[in-house]
Amino acid sequence: MEGSIDYEQAGLRVGLEVHQQLLTDQKMFCRCPAGLYTKSHDGVMLRHMRPTLSELGEYDGTALMEFKTKKNIVYLLHKSNVCTYEMDDTPPFIVNRRAIDIAIEHCLMLGCDVVDEVHIARKQYLDGSIPTGFQRTAIVGVNGRLPFRDRELTIIQVSVEEDSCREIQDRGHLAVWRTDRLGMPLIEAVTGPELKTPEEVEEAILLIGRVCRSTGHVRVGMGASRQDVNVSVRGGCRVEIKGVPQASKARQLVHSEAVRQVELLRLRDELHHRGFEQPSAIVMEHVDITTLVADFRLESLQRDNWERFVEAEQMRPGMELAEGPFSVRAIRLPGLAGTVGRACQPGRTFAHELAGRIRVIATLDQPPILVHSDDWPDYPGGTEELAEIRQAACCGPEDALVVVWGVESDTVTAAKEIQLRYADATEGIPHETRQALPDGCTDFERILPGPDRMYPDTDSPAQLVTRERVQNLLVELPDPPWRREPRYSAAGVSTETIHFLIRRGGARLVDRVVEETGFDLRRACLFFGEELKGLRRSDLAVDKITESRWCALFEQMRQLPVLWEARRQLVEGLVDEPKLSVEGLIAKDHLGEEPSGWQTQVNEALSAATTRGLEENKLFDTVMGQAMSVLRGRVPAVRVVHVIHELRARKNDNG
Amino acid sequence: MAETTDPLKGYRGRARQRLQELGVRVWSEVRILNDQGSTFEGVILPRSETADDLHVVVKLATGYNVGLHIDRIREVEELGFKEAVYKIPEQEFPHGPDLPKVTLLGTGGTIASRLDYRTGAVIPAFTPGELYGAVPELADLCNLTTRKIFGVFSENMGWEEYATLAQAIGDEIEAGVDGIVIGHGTDTMGHTAAVLSFMVQNSPVPIVVVGSQRSSDRPSSDAALNLIHAVRSAAYGDIAEVQICMFGPTSDQYGLLHRGTRCRKMHSSYRSTFRTVGDIPLCRVSASDFGSLTHEYLPRNPHRKVKIDPVYDDRVTILYYYPGMKPDVVDALVDQGYKGIVIAGTGLGHVNKPVFPALERAIAKGVHVVMTVQTLWGYAQMYVYDTGRDLLDIGVVPLDNMLPETALMKLGWVLGHTHDHDEVQKMMRHSYSHEITEREPHNGYLILQGGLPETEEFVLSQWK
Repeated sequence: MEGSIDYEQAGLRVGLEVHQQLLTDQKMFCRCPAGLYTKSHDGVMLRHMRPTLSELGEYDGTALMEFKTKKNIVYLLHKSNVCTYEMDDTPPFIVNRRAIDIAIEHCLMLGCDVVDEVHIARKQYLDGSIPTGFQRTAIVGVNGRLPFRDRELTIIQVSVEEDSCREIQDRGHLAVWRTDRLGMPLIEAVTGPELKTPEEVEEAILLIGRVCRSTGHVRVGMGASRQDVNVSVRGGCRVEIKGVPQASKARQLVHSEAVRQVELLRLRDELHHRGFEQPSAIVMEHVDITTLVADFRLESLQRDNWERFVEAEQMRPGMELAEGPFSVRAIRLPGLAGTVGRACQPGRTFAHELAGRIRVIATLDQPPILVHSDDWPDYPGGTEELAEIRQAACCGPEDALVVVWGVESDTVTAAKEIQLRYADATEGIPHETRQALPDGCTDFERILPGPDRMYPDTDSPAQLVTRERVQNLLVELPDPPWRREPRYSAAGVSTETIHFLIRRGGARLVDRVVEETGFDLRRACLFFGEELKGLRRSDLAVDKITESRWCALFEQMRQLPVLWEARRQLVEGLVDEPKLSVEGLIAKDHLGEEPSGWQTQVNEALSAATTRGLEENKLFDTVMGQAMSVLRGRVPAVRVVHVIHELRARKNDNG
Repeated sequence: MAETTDPLKGYRGRARQRLQELGVRVWSEVRILNDQGSTFEGVILPRSETADDLHVVVKLATGYNVGLHIDRIREVEELGFKEAVYKIPEQEFPHGPDLPKVTLLGTGGTIASRLDYRTGAVIPAFTPGELYGAVPELADLCNLTTRKIFGVFSENMGWEEYATLAQAIGDEIEAGVDGIVIGHGTDTMGHTAAVLSFMVQNSPVPIVVVGSQRSSDRPSSDAALNLIHAVRSAAYGDIAEVQICMFGPTSDQYGLLHRGTRCRKMHSSYRSTFRTVGDIPLCRVSASDFGSLTHEYLPRNPHRKVKIDPVYDDRVTILYYYPGMKPDVVDALVDQGYKGIVIAGTGLGHVNKPVFPALERAIAKGVHVVMTVQTLWGYAQMYVYDTGRDLLDIGVVPLDNMLPETALMKLGWVLGHTHDHDEVQKMMRHSYSHEITEREPHNGYLILQGGLPETEEFVLSQWK
């Protein structure tokens, strides 16, 4: 990986927040169906979020930042999957009991202590991802631990919460969200900051994923599990990488973030060295240079270039665009020459840090968002144009210069934001949430909110969790992966199949079938972990078969092993005739009953095939095929083979 | 908040005893160890009075609350103690020399508030200084004065409060304000707006009643925008009547000004819950402009002399007719001393025959019986069917298209003036503030039926 780094020396510490959607029919606080996604909408709603004041009479950092962006927030609604609850026009209904039960089950799997009363809290989010402006969330368990490598991984807490909207677009001052996913129950498991390498992070994500999936009560598929990865290095502070979709992506992201933090600490030292020891030491001046640059060659600064962008992106005044004239703004940063272009994440510079904040907070989003003096674009006359701007902004040789463009008020916000980002840099690493980019780097998403945004949900009564309730769930609890894996492995099942069964939820069914019927574990794993995939792929609706019918089938197959050979036929019967019992299916086709005189029929088939003069190798296949089409599930194949061989030997002897 | 003096607020029975044994109280910062060896560090919160006596609520450092069973608590260590502050530091409301004067009268509930994150408590903001902190936009609109008249939930408003409020409005007008805003809970906002329309007549300035459907401690609250709209309407609007100002659509788009006598809360929780019934609203108001919808209103005129008439008789009630109603219901009301009965009748204003004798007895005893329609839209037209004609003969007074709640408020106010049957009838049928309108325009009844292709197309083209 680019930018090599000694993680131990850097003091890398990573913790996880693993989110996993729970498998319930209905959403968490209303009766809308869960898991029904739509691509279209039949209603739109416009809202704004207003920060609420904290006890000190100040807005909390995240809230203030999000208010500064003055976002128009549009929600796309579809009647099939949202009601007036998701619109924040109806108070919550009593919390989905099944969701709490599944959350408790997960707490137990993760070795947690389950709390006695679940109190619903509101966690504020002003980015619009939830129309209320807060997420309803509650702690269900604390103080858990998992076996991990040669030690234990701490689970600090497990909470159950409602999922947020899906982002459709975020352009300028407009964010558009689809509401279908909103309100679906999910759990968040928070680990201690105990992971020390990117490899450990990936392994821990996979482990927790398998633990959750062992229950069979979680959703699978795109977006059903996501994790936030909290990264810090020695001397730094926690940065949250949000929405990491796959464990394999986490490695590169953690690496890049570790590099970024080490570089930001170096930048801090450099700033201190230059005499910028306090945030207040950073000053900034900005000046409008729209007229000056009107006929410059640098295309980024041209009004028509910006107007083409606005038109191509279909940005509307009052929606995506703020009201006001186009402006190009030069920002002078005294004494900061050379710092804008410093290395940061692998392949990126500090200018990306500035651009990220400007994009999100000032909502200027025409690439490249800014140009700066440390790395001025290379074009004929570029040096001269830069010199003219520097002069207009009164830049001395030790000053850095950043230029931004867009609607005037936004460019002023951008200038202030650049100053704030540098002020943060004097202290090291800002507390922030960063979004994962496909190339393994991250970009600014928002200031990391603190506990200052939590307050009780006065709409929802606390939910009592009696020890009886916990005990009942404990009895039903499946094996965790670290007990199930060796058990399956000892029975001769491949690791690949074991992981598939656990991830896809089949393991729980395997265990039930084996426990109830005494069927062979290896064969059950083979069937549910491998063969069933093929049947499903051939469009057989095997997922409609209930667990009790599977058990009934395996019970019959244990009693009459010959039925195993007719399992495909039996599964098709289970799907096609959901009313008929397994015994009925077997009796209908006379399975398990050996037909009298079948050997004679095999003999006749053999004689016919011989007469046709078939080649030696085809002869056997043909006769065997004919015989088994009648005898499968009634006479074991090995006996049929044996009889054919015997008959042929006899014929050859006679022949 | 006098009740906060109890150091174990909300805890009773066993939980109270256990906390006393452990030597900690509400607002103690504690570290609790339970029987599973789990530790919980945070603040002990007050407990809801209706909750059981077996759990202690702790707000953890992460901001989450959890309930811990008292039998599972092994050790508690008090780390500190810091009482919740239910007061917001005030900032001075900036004075603009050229801005209109607006007075905000408080009746209860919260128009604006802020959170104490340490405890999760919601602290109401009411004084101009507090409001400035929560809704700074107000300072650009007016010079704001606030007066807390009383602090009750809207369902606890009653006749005495109405009279006090009317008097306070009179005082403010006398003092020369340019507009009045009344903060009110939404449940009975329609009733208050209706009764004030009778108790305060000929106002020279706008009187705007406002509230919110989502409380102001929520980021998505409609409170701030409603307040901004209401203050703008009071400061700059031209309509010198009692009006309700609440969201038009559920989107953050614009507010509607509804006439006090013709407005009703139509949804238990939606933001756009208030609708003008049987007519169109007066005006659209946004953060930047007014879109007048009618010219039929009393315009602002600082020279007009207000008439405050805060009289009432609270022996009035409303009878929502249902099939099979028995006459004893009416008899019971009369026996209990009620002097006025508003019937919300079926269809054009009907009740069943068996109730007739009871109504006759009531009227004979001097009880005033008036008829409105439970369909809300449309007129009581009792001469159309025999039933209606018979009721008219008995002496039941038809109130045309007056809303039932408005009729109730008006009847209480009228009976504060007179009990003379003819005089009551005359006053009830006279329209003081458009409570009866002669004409119903066809766009006064528009309930779009969802599901129809044309409706769906229209709805999709608009903000919800």
